[in-house]
Amino acid sequence: MSDYKTLTCADVSIGDKLPPLDIDITTGLVVCGALATRDFEPVHHSKAAAVATGLPDVFMNILTSQGLMTRYATDWSGPEAVVKSVDLRLGAPNVPGMVMTMTGEVTAIDTGSGTVDITVVGENNIWGMHMQGSVQLALPQGA
Amino acid sequence: MTTEELKAFEDEIYAYVGREVCPPTPAKDDVNVAMIRQWAEIIGDTNPAYTDADWAANSARGHTIAPPAMMYVWGQEGFAVTTGRAPDAQSDLVSLFNEHGYTGVLGTNVKQEYFKEVSPGDNVVMEMTIDNISERKTTGRGPGYFFETLATFSNQHGEKIGTQRFKVLKFIPQEQPAAVASEETLQVPTRIPSPRGHDNKWWWEACDAGKVLIQRCKSCQTLRHPPRPMCGKCQSMEWDSIESTLEGEILSHTQLHHPKIPGYQYPLVCAVIKLSEGTNFVANIVGCEPSDIHIGMKVKGAVEQVDEKTMLPQFYPA
Repeated sequence: MSDYKTLTCADVSIGDKLPPLDIDITTGLVVCGALATRDFEPVHHSKAAAVATGLPDVFMNILTSQGLMTRYATDWSGPEAVVKSVDLRLGAPNVPGMVMTMTGEVTAIDTGSGTVDITVVGENNIWGMHMQGSVQLALPQGA
Repeated sequence: MTTEELKAFEDEIYAYVGREVCPPTPAKDDVNVAMIRQWAEIIGDTNPAYTDADWAANSARGHTIAPPAMMYVWGQEGFAVTTGRAPDAQSDLVSLFNEHGYTGVLGTNVKQEYFKEVSPGDNVVMEMTIDNISERKTTGRGPGYFFETLATFSNQHGEKIGTQRFKVLKFIPQEQPAAVASEETLQVPTRIPSPRGHDNKWWWEACDAGKVLIQRCKSCQTLRHPPRPMCGKCQSMEWDSIESTLEGEILSHTQLHHPKIPGYQYPLVCAVIKLSEGTNFVANIVGCEPSDIHIGMKVKGAVEQVDEKTMLPQFYPA
């Protein structure tokens, strides 16, 4: 009933690259992402609070970064994939005006359990590495 | 801080390891369609498993699920944090760090594992403890300690759905670089500018004008690069220059992976190129996959604007 496809382990190989994805970091994404993840810390919606910590503007909260990382993985895998884990390390903040480019690569495949490990890096064009980490997905068994 | 004072402080912080931050607490709202839709719209996640009930009904799961990354969202305290949090073991630990000068805070790692998906109508129950505190570390931000909380999530049936490890660095802030806050707009970084001195300024100025010149000895005609005042062959200090055709062959190459320097385009391959005029030249190789580059490869260069401020010769496969 739809065009959605989900990869199986047979479709992927170690070293496969995920298509890069550019995310415009806007005030809207930072503020609304914080609210959608119920993170009401003022540094994510109040510029004055963020400036007081030494940053030029509001900055992205961790749960939004984590959401973007899982989205990036399942955009690639398709909707029947089950997310098993997300492990991310944070670097430089994402601040409005930046562009974050996400890239990823398949690093491990376990055909027994049907899981694939993907490393993901999100780099912004001003300060460099915003996040890097890995996502593990369980892919459906091939038909 | 004396050794004894440090010991007393560390005894006090390490006593928090294993302390409960919150007992098993059901989220105020059940997993629901409205919050999932809002999250999916803002994150830009079009996964139909989250928001398309018709698609989901015919999928392997048979129903929609909440995005796994929302696991911690359901139990978040909400707008009340803007007016201060109710004290708990974590906030007490943070206060203790603050009182001893460790006022800096930085979330450094978050790891979530998922054991079972949840759907609208389920309730997520969260409990949290302080799992571990590192020894004192010297970090780029200043000296500090990493502490990690461990949250465990269950559904309303008591089935474990996932865990979260969240690592935070509490540190003594070092001198901050001059207020970035005063900058009106963010500057997109450019490459490190070329050093221009008495003996090479002319070469870079020609590059700015789109030409690559090769220095030539006026007495013996020997070509030389990079620019320098004296001919290595006949020691003459009289020179002129010729313009390179930028045709050449790769003698050696390397790819820079880490650390990535803001302002440079990656993948970043640097090569030593033997120009057809005979001199060697260092430049970036672009316009092909790094894996396709090999010694002996024929290349052709062009002087191009690589960022807002920089003109540079770059070489393409010929």
